[in-house]
Amino acid sequence: MKPAYNEMLDPSGKVRPSYQGFAAWLDSTTPEFIARKREEADLAFHRVGITFAVYGEEAGKERLIPFDIVPRIIPAAEWQRIEAGLRQRVKALNAFLNDVYHGQEILKAGRIPAMQVLGNSQYRAEMAGVDVPGGIYAHIAGVDLVRAGEGEYYVLEDNLRTPSGVSYMLEDRKMMMRLFPELFARISIAPVEHYPDLLLENLRSVAQQGVTNPNVVLLTPGQFNSAYFEHAFLAQQMGIELVEGNDLFVRDNFVFMRTTQGPQRVDVIYRRIDDDFLDPLAFRKDSVLGVPGLFNAYRAGRVTLANAIGTGIADDKAMYIHVPEMIRFYCGEEPILSNVPTWELAKPKDLKYVLEHLAELVVKEVHGSGGYGMLVGPTSSKAEIESFRTKILATPDNYIAQPTLALSTCPTYVDSGVAPRHIDLRPYVLSGRDISMVPGGLTRVALKHGSLVVNSSQGGGTKDTWVLEN
Amino acid sequence: MLSSTADHLYWMARSMERAENTARMLDVTYRMSLLKQTVAEPHHEWRAMLSISGLHEDFEDRYDEPSADNVMHFMALDEKNPGSIYNSIFSARENARAIRGVITSEMWEALNGTWLEMRQIHAEGIPDDGVSPFFEWVKERSHLSRGIAHGTLLRDDIFRFLRLGTFLERADNTARILDVKYHILLPSLSDVGGAADYYHWGALLRSVSGFESYRKVYRDLITPTRVAELLILRPDMPRSLTACMNEVNRLVQEINGPRSSELLRRCGLLSGELRYGSIDGIFAGGLHEYLSDFLERIYELGNLINTTYFWSTDELPPAMFATLPAATLSFNMPSPSQLMA
Repeated sequence: MKPAYNEMLDPSGKVRPSYQGFAAWLDSTTPEFIARKREEADLAFHRVGITFAVYGEEAGKERLIPFDIVPRIIPAAEWQRIEAGLRQRVKALNAFLNDVYHGQEILKAGRIPAMQVLGNSQYRAEMAGVDVPGGIYAHIAGVDLVRAGEGEYYVLEDNLRTPSGVSYMLEDRKMMMRLFPELFARISIAPVEHYPDLLLENLRSVAQQGVTNPNVVLLTPGQFNSAYFEHAFLAQQMGIELVEGNDLFVRDNFVFMRTTQGPQRVDVIYRRIDDDFLDPLAFRKDSVLGVPGLFNAYRAGRVTLANAIGTGIADDKAMYIHVPEMIRFYCGEEPILSNVPTWELAKPKDLKYVLEHLAELVVKEVHGSGGYGMLVGPTSSKAEIESFRTKILATPDNYIAQPTLALSTCPTYVDSGVAPRHIDLRPYVLSGRDISMVPGGLTRVALKHGSLVVNSSQGGGTKDTWVLEN
Repeated sequence: MLSSTADHLYWMARSMERAENTARMLDVTYRMSLLKQTVAEPHHEWRAMLSISGLHEDFEDRYDEPSADNVMHFMALDEKNPGSIYNSIFSARENARAIRGVITSEMWEALNGTWLEMRQIHAEGIPDDGVSPFFEWVKERSHLSRGIAHGTLLRDDIFRFLRLGTFLERADNTARILDVKYHILLPSLSDVGGAADYYHWGALLRSVSGFESYRKVYRDLITPTRVAELLILRPDMPRSLTACMNEVNRLVQEINGPRSSELLRRCGLLSGELRYGSIDGIFAGGLHEYLSDFLERIYELGNLINTTYFWSTDELPPAMFATLPAATLSFNMPSPSQLMA
């Protein structure tokens, strides 16, 4: 594997232009000062309780997501290109969703195999013919980007269901400004703090026609969900009610929330509950998180769900390979951001190749997320690889494989000092009447030496992300 | 405000107030049990304490005799007893946790701190010489959370629902404490007016922090009629039934809401009756009977608050039933009519 692209230093060890301001500042500080500041950050995060629950560990155990003080810095011109690419991609993904649930032109044109869409468990037949405001399905998209090789960006995956993490983006920025205000005076950094305003505006813009002052709520599975902190945080920042399923009910196809002053109509639901659990009458009968009758109200056009039901068909890993084709089909343009080359294990030829090269590749479950159920060949033991091989052979359709990318690295404080660690980037793209986003996103960092898995559930941390202003 | 938020606020306050009042009730029983035995039957006071809290059946299922140690453990630390101080504090903390974004961080930190200490006490047990300090601690923690609410909360419905829970629970508990005498003295009325009786009423007054107030108001001997008057009818006595009901009445008027007419009517009626009631009238009909009736009405008010603001389950569409959480953290004490039956 080629050495990874270092965000801060060029191959000769010289500080890249984007990091010169930061490096000069860092040189002017003492190790004691940095140590003190890192401690301060730890304490503050603990006190605010910015934690997440880890599934599979001791019930109710909460963990702090490690925060690293070395920012990830993106030059202005680079961000402009990323932003244009994200707008194009999310626009195409929304057009695709509208199409597969209506005319299915892209399937008729033979650009994507119809079976891969209609036979996919993520395709919601119930959504066929259902109109949603503005034809927008993925109101909030979290697109994972990685930088490899010489510095080119690749899209790793599109998260179009209930992408999380944006609260860390906001808290990381707040923390950096609190710890090092002088840095923000020295360096021109694009602000991100207005994200909750953009989000609220976006959600209000997708209310049903005729609703003048829409009532927006955030629907959470409750305090035992791993992202509950974020749900409470965003609701509070937007000044909207944080509701659970039993705060809502449906009557005559309208959705109401139960308040002490009687029922109050709900127009837009920013839901952080998966499709399957939204409505026990329509989907999983055993769901205690959802609202009975919600799907009917939704189909009748009386309430907006953000994101829409059925977006999983567009961010499915089997569909990922077709996104460049979607961009060409719906936008008539060449993709600005590239996909990572991908093998589909459903194809015998790809399967054969992948099984022969397991030790070099990354294999992912088609419907998996959160870094669970994946194999990173180069960092796995022989035994791990062999047990994964058995899983693949049982259901090859369930997997895709990609080359192990040398994710770019960023200097990071670790036990032994400062060392390069691999990072990715998740910008959040908001689609409503318009497409909007704040510059940057959430940078996740794999804290273990050599690890490529940045998910917080797998021991990843986060960094503040700076987009420089010209 | 979301009904569920109001529900959590109300139960958070009720649970903390209940913890405090259980400590007060245990305290008075403890003090009385240290006095000269007025009846031959052993553990008489502790048996009375159990029947007043309506938890005697649960107790008998799991303990052999109502000794001081057993009842104290059952009411203070038993994690299987929903009315124990341990569980009341747990419930206050869990309700607070669900609405951390609604209450001030100081409130949350105080309640969470109380729970963490409670867990510690639970693990270590209460030593024989630590009974009174434990009661003091519970009362102090309750005073603390109430004080923080007063000092930090905006005076809106959040504050009102907290107060509503506090005063309804307090009214219930003052009535129960006052009824202690009935239960304790029932087998032997011969001693009325004697020295033991004096100490009993004194202990009761102390348990509701009313001893000094009594002296100040009446400047005279402690008599049952006056104790009852102080704890039932005096509007300036902060734990009296009248004071609690005046507060409840004012709160439901301020909260109001489209479904509240029946609740307003009943609260108005009860507080009006108290305001214009006389202690002679109450004694004429029997104090115990009066208190039983009062407890019954408080219980009904609790139910009415549920249906008015929190929407009881039977008003929801049938399909909702399946989605209600199996275990809710709030619980009601058994209805007094169930107890007295």
